[in-house]
Amino acid sequence: MLEAPVVITAALLYLGLLFAVAWWGDRRADQGKSIIANPTIYALSMAVYCTTWTFYGSVGRAAVSGIGFLPVYLGPTLVMALGWFVLLKMIRIVKANRITSIADFISSRYGKSHLLGGLVTVIAVVGIIPYIALQLKAMSSTVSLLLSYPEIVMPGRSATMSVAADMSFYIALILAAFTIVFGTRHLDATERHEGMVAAIALESGVKLVAFLAVGVFVTYGIYNGLGDIFEHVATHPDLRHLVSAIPSGQGYTGWFALIVLSAMALLFLPRQFQVAVVENVNEAHLKRAAWLFPLYLLLINIFVLPIALGGLLHFAGQGVDADTFVLTLPMSQRHEGLTLLVFIGGLSAGTGMVIVETIALSTMVCNDLVMPLLLRHKRQSLEESKDLSGLLLGIRRGAIVAILLLGYLYFRLAGEAYALVAIGLISFSAVAQFAPAMIGGMYWRGGTRGGALAGLAAGFVVWGYTLLLPSFAKSGWLPAAFLTQGMFGIELLRPQQLFGLSGLDEISHCLFWSLFANIGAYVGVSLLRPPMVAEATQATVFVDALKDTGQLGAVLWRGRAKVSDLQGLVGRFLGPARAQAAFAAYARRQGRGKLVTLEADAQLVQFAESLLAGAIGSASARVMVASVAKEEPLSIDEVMHILDEASQLRTYSRELERKSRELTAATLELQEANERLQELDRVKDDIMSSVTHELRTPLTSIRAFSELLRDDPKMHLADRERFLGLIVSEAERLTRLINQTLDLAKIESGRADWNGCELDLKEVVEQSIAATSQLFREKEAQVDVDLPDNLPPILADRDRLIQVMLNLLSNAVKFLAPGTGRVRVGLRALADGLEVSVTDNGPGIRPADQELIFEKFRQVGDTMTAKPSGTGLGLPISRRIVEHFGGRLWVESVPGEGATFRFTLPFAEANVEATVA
Amino acid sequence: MHRRILAGDRLIAAFLVGCALFNYPLLSVFDRHAVIFELPLVYAYVFAAWAFVIGLMAWAVERRVK
Amino acid sequence: MSKRILIADDEQNIVISIEFLLRREGFDVLVAADGEEALASVRAERPDLVLLDVMMPKMNGFDVCQALRADPDLSGTRILMLTAKGRDTEVSKGLGLGADGYMTKPFSTKELLTEVRKLLGM
Repeated sequence: MLEAPVVITAALLYLGLLFAVAWWGDRRADQGKSIIANPTIYALSMAVYCTTWTFYGSVGRAAVSGIGFLPVYLGPTLVMALGWFVLLKMIRIVKANRITSIADFISSRYGKSHLLGGLVTVIAVVGIIPYIALQLKAMSSTVSLLLSYPEIVMPGRSATMSVAADMSFYIALILAAFTIVFGTRHLDATERHEGMVAAIALESGVKLVAFLAVGVFVTYGIYNGLGDIFEHVATHPDLRHLVSAIPSGQGYTGWFALIVLSAMALLFLPRQFQVAVVENVNEAHLKRAAWLFPLYLLLINIFVLPIALGGLLHFAGQGVDADTFVLTLPMSQRHEGLTLLVFIGGLSAGTGMVIVETIALSTMVCNDLVMPLLLRHKRQSLEESKDLSGLLLGIRRGAIVAILLLGYLYFRLAGEAYALVAIGLISFSAVAQFAPAMIGGMYWRGGTRGGALAGLAAGFVVWGYTLLLPSFAKSGWLPAAFLTQGMFGIELLRPQQLFGLSGLDEISHCLFWSLFANIGAYVGVSLLRPPMVAEATQATVFVDALKDTGQLGAVLWRGRAKVSDLQGLVGRFLGPARAQAAFAAYARRQGRGKLVTLEADAQLVQFAESLLAGAIGSASARVMVASVAKEEPLSIDEVMHILDEASQLRTYSRELERKSRELTAATLELQEANERLQELDRVKDDIMSSVTHELRTPLTSIRAFSELLRDDPKMHLADRERFLGLIVSEAERLTRLINQTLDLAKIESGRADWNGCELDLKEVVEQSIAATSQLFREKEAQVDVDLPDNLPPILADRDRLIQVMLNLLSNAVKFLAPGTGRVRVGLRALADGLEVSVTDNGPGIRPADQELIFEKFRQVGDTMTAKPSGTGLGLPISRRIVEHFGGRLWVESVPGEGATFRFTLPFAEANVEATVA
Repeated sequence: MHRRILAGDRLIAAFLVGCALFNYPLLSVFDRHAVIFELPLVYAYVFAAWAFVIGLMAWAVERRVK
Repeated sequence: MSKRILIADDEQNIVISIEFLLRREGFDVLVAADGEEALASVRAERPDLVLLDVMMPKMNGFDVCQALRADPDLSGTRILMLTAKGRDTEVSKGLGLGADGYMTKPFSTKELLTEVRKLLGM
């Protein structure tokens, strides 16, 4: 029954069914009734991870290395636990920036760089080609196997056949046609393919059912359950090692390396990025997928080892390739229905991978490789063309065919030398090179374009040298000496023991060296210079993706553009009708009837750019938009300023949402404290300025007089003596000022020395009057004293109190009119202390100035005819001294009738604590 | 808000548990010739640990915190 | 005819030194000890140049400068600000108010003479 026409018809019918599902899915999507808005379908679509590698290859791997096939499924399981964070962030970034591929993602992150996008595309294409070859190999060998049914004949070497007779060549062509129909029927700004996702989810279901069916059939049909198989194996010395332990060739290092490698592959394989990130319709779906997808992986792997062992027992010594056990076991039992189901399951695994992978790659090739080149070399004709959507579709279709043919070529060149899984791991190692630039780009602001370029290039070169080239050497396309003796016969350059590193399997070895070079170059080069404007902007957009950045991109754009120009531009790439619809929808969302009016704002420009980004990649979109929009470049300072402001606003609004009343109150307190601090800062600044002013004034006189004396040696003696006298007195003033400033600073900072002891205040006052008697005589002023005896002692520092008294007395005498001046010094007991008063009959002090004179440098000179000759520090110092001993110093005055300075000091008994403190 | 943070922490915990269970040295404890429930020990262990981690993740994201 | 210069400063010793310096160079020198006196003196005596201190009693140098510049009759009077506050904001404030020059205390007598001659077009 399983003749060629039946097999081929079944295959074509199945593909037809898939296409119908896809078509239906697309139609429903256009109607707004998505059939993939379902977390289970999302999880199933992620199972595109399981290709023919899983379906056929795992069994082949298990037949050699026991449970060594498992780590590539454990890695993704672990990643899904973190998917809630990493994938969510990727999805946000992709949605916000209309990113369509990994190349676009990396290029956009590092300042929308064409070069970077191109490099990523090249790495992805070169890296994935072995993987596509793997699918071709698996599919063609299963078709040949099936065609020889009921005999089990291992397919011949493709390399010995002519291309025309090679089945895999036709399979490649059919797949290309099918992918074109699936993926490039029309262009969409978001590059989403709902129909394709629906079909992929269906395929995932089919391959799981088929594989479980074989598993049950082998375990319970051919054998009597798992226990039976393992019992058989236990008696088989050749096979015992497969069920016991981690294979010796791989070891725990290799096991761990595969977990890491597959974890990265799940994030960075172009097809996984496509289904998990680009095609995600609702980020809440991640929750279900977090456990459902790992569960899928577990289910599809449960029977791998039993099938492998069953096959090994069953076909012992018959030379049947273990990679084909899944198919050949039901064949050997003449179970035609199951055989066909397995074939369809394998077809599902292969076509699913090829379709999604080539669509993802063709998008990259078009947006990040061909478009930038066209923009550079054929800018003119691009700008003249009315509708470029046909051209874009053409490029993508061409890319799909080219990628599949390259896959076929690799299969012919190197496919025979490796088992399925080994080929797949070469591709895994290639896409792992994206990890530093991707993860670094999402979590580290410092990564730069140069760093990403250097890292990717270094990793790619090492990968090519340690893994890709050896695969050619093992196939005989390069001399075997390359492997055993190294390049140019240099032992250290042996590709699989690079620099003498041995003891690792080839995958771990490549992974170590390539990521070592990659991360080293990425971080090292990034640290060479600070990010530039475009990089810093994008870094914030990416790193802060989970915060509500809002329209940050739009904020960071300043310029002018016309709506009609923008719409025309978008229309050229997407087709005028789609552009019209998109702009109309935008206008509705913005609550505006029509957009025809005048100039576009930054948001609309951003919108147009993101529409274009979907079709031609973000870097090209930036270039095209720049051609119609007059952009005024922002400087790095402006960008940083805007970013700061934006982040401040964000923080502030979030705080408001969360904060309870107490917290808000605390904030207010903090703000007040801050203001007080700022006020203090300003006062300090004022004082510094005053001090310098006070210092500069005497210095000015000193310098001027000195220069006069120096420049004029023949100056009159009288002038000379007068000037020298002035210099001396100004120098004294300067000294006084410095001493008092230091004194005040000492007192204020609490570092002054106080020698507190019990004092008879009367004695202090008398001593002070005696010390200033010369001043009074000069002004012919009269001093009256009223000092009663036997007053209780007070506790203070004698020298400091004398300083206060001298200050008050000299102040009083300073403002006395010559000849008629009178000063009265009084002392009296109060309830709890003593009060000293110094009264003069000078001009007095205005009420407004009575507090001012106690401030530093606030001489109230403007009430007097001449400026007082003090430093402006005497009263402030005096007040602090008095206050230190628990007293008070103030002034009472009626202008025109003189002034009275009074201070109090508490009795010694009441004052103990104050002085001790 | 709290529910989300808790679910996130649980997922991270599942990740760490998985990292520990799936790798050396815990793995080596079970990496020997032995049979449990008619199954080779290491085979049974890996699948059991795997199922446990998946269960943990399902519990983390699906369970509603009161 | 010798040029007439008004020195407006409340620091007596500074006034003495500048007065001596300028007289020696043959200028006709006037003195004012505060802002109001300076303003009155400019209006009455019409000096060619005013050396204006900033920190003065009654009316500070900035206000005097502003008042002088507000009077169209006095547009020919050059103003050289002298101040002990050398901060940039002070300098630009003075120049913004219409002063023709600015010197920070302490200054060199030579430089002062050079500046004075420059402002007087000598």
